[in-house]
Amino acid sequence: MKRSVPLILVLATALMLIAAFFIPHKPFGNLESRFLNWYTIVSGFTFLLGLDSLTRHHLTRVFRRGQGWGYSLVLVLSLLATMGLGFYSWLDPQFKSPFASGAPFMWLYTYMIIPLQSTMFASLAFFIVSAAYRAFRIRNFAATLLLVAAVLVMIGNVPLGGSIWRSIGAVVHAVVPAADLVKFGRLEAFAAIKDWLMSIATASAMRGIGIGLALGGIAMSLRIILGIERTYMS
Amino acid sequence: MIPPLLLAAVLGLMPPASVKASDAPNDQGQSIIVTWAAPEGESIPITGYRVLRSCTPDTGFTEVGLEPAATVEYADNEVTDGTRYWYVVEARSEADSARSAVVGPVVSRAQWFNTARVNILVVTAVICALFMYYLQRARKGAKMYVRKIAGLDAIDDALGRATEMGKPILFSFGLGYITDMVVIAALPLLRKIAKKSAEYSTRLIVPNSDPIVMTAAQETVKEAYTEMGRPDFYNPDNVTFLTSDQFGYAAGVDGIILREKPGAIFWLGCFYAESLIMAETGHSVGAIQLAGTTETTQLPFFVAACDYTMIGEEIYAASCYLRPEPVLMGTLKGEDFIRFWLIVLTTATVLLGTAGAVLSNQAPVLNQVFETVVRWATPAY
Repeated sequence: MKRSVPLILVLATALMLIAAFFIPHKPFGNLESRFLNWYTIVSGFTFLLGLDSLTRHHLTRVFRRGQGWGYSLVLVLSLLATMGLGFYSWLDPQFKSPFASGAPFMWLYTYMIIPLQSTMFASLAFFIVSAAYRAFRIRNFAATLLLVAAVLVMIGNVPLGGSIWRSIGAVVHAVVPAADLVKFGRLEAFAAIKDWLMSIATASAMRGIGIGLALGGIAMSLRIILGIERTYMS
Repeated sequence: MIPPLLLAAVLGLMPPASVKASDAPNDQGQSIIVTWAAPEGESIPITGYRVLRSCTPDTGFTEVGLEPAATVEYADNEVTDGTRYWYVVEARSEADSARSAVVGPVVSRAQWFNTARVNILVVTAVICALFMYYLQRARKGAKMYVRKIAGLDAIDDALGRATEMGKPILFSFGLGYITDMVVIAALPLLRKIAKKSAEYSTRLIVPNSDPIVMTAAQETVKEAYTEMGRPDFYNPDNVTFLTSDQFGYAAGVDGIILREKPGAIFWLGCFYAESLIMAETGHSVGAIQLAGTTETTQLPFFVAACDYTMIGEEIYAASCYLRPEPVLMGTLKGEDFIRFWLIVLTTATVLLGTAGAVLSNQAPVLNQVFETVVRWATPAY
């Protein structure tokens, strides 16, 4: 019973949604958006579970003076301050909503949350450099290929690429007067190579992976719908 | 015959031509599509079109839509199914307006089948039939082979190494929701890792960005520990909610990595721009890292930062690989068979298109066949 009821629910829901994809008539037509609305409502309430988990975890650490309890205290106080400012903005007749322009809650969001998010996102640049350094180190043929492709794409993406190509052309022309690479250089050869790499080589590999993912997704769905795959049900 | 320009100069603004109104196809009703053409040879600049509707053919026309001059179609989504409607389209200029003849009656109805999706239905039916065929073959005991997946084979090594070093294990679903297939596919892996962590008495940390996923993860870990006879080993403080904010989650996970210095990290789920921030931090503490995601844009980052990366559908195959039961293997075999035929069909279509382009004068039928195939295979939404 503990297993068969969820399996029946999964099968029935899946069949209804598949039917809804092909049948626009009521009651199937808007079934998907209706189910998504249900999911949104349920997930909204589950944030209380998240809040419970978060506060319980950090309050326990604060009361037990566990390792790094000071950070937990900052987190709990920040949580309370955000909630407090949200309620204040809502009750204040000047704003009437936490999301009103100039409301203290929005001030907190605009001048604290967004800069913190941006700072974290900006750190990605440094992580890309360290990861790229390791990935592009020439260890074997594949790494060399990756390095060459990456350099070509990088040069092709910046205006400097055209200047570099023209400089190479000038040098070649000085050595071999018959070779007029400068003329070819006006065609922005690095940009053309970059476009080819991105739209042909990379795109085909991405599409191959995408087709595999789609088939894997269908196989996984069938396993779940038919009740063959049950490991997700603890 | 009087030239249109002369006619326009004499009569003023011309009304829209070829006005048609019809029930919107393949919808759930309550929608009528009105189309028209710009007045032929109109010299006066048109500023827009007014669509008017009435329930009687002669009177009572009221405005239902106003469209700019470049638009020649209007979807009237405020109609009642089964009611007869008549339409008029009025062309408007700065100083003048001209109405078309009345068209109708039109009745909106909901359709019982979306004919634009016949191709998807056929392909889905074929794929499902093939899966069922291989499922039956597997049930009858046919032997099936699955190639080695290095990332899955490395799970035991990573767990063993973390245990030897006396360090915890970290598992992350990223920003995945329970509605994401990859999160469901990752749950059996969490189960396996939790079982091993109970066996080795190694702490397993699972920070979550979604409360529903957190609940699923808590249940999975608890069940795995109970199965291994170690229910006492479960600590809810190790499977917690962090935040649903993307970079807040990345900052929280980075903090855990730097404080706890895990020996093994598993990135299995949905990851976006935060993937490299977290995986590089994991690399900086010397953890052995295993990643698997369906986000193809993040795969290069994981390949660069992690020791093992499951590419594409490998993560979907995880449960079959970990539990090689014939029925589960049957679906994998079916997947491979369909992939093979997709390669054959794609190659054949590319060759057909190329031949059609090269021999467009000698054999135009090739191009026609190619265009028919492409049109049929392109899904409509």
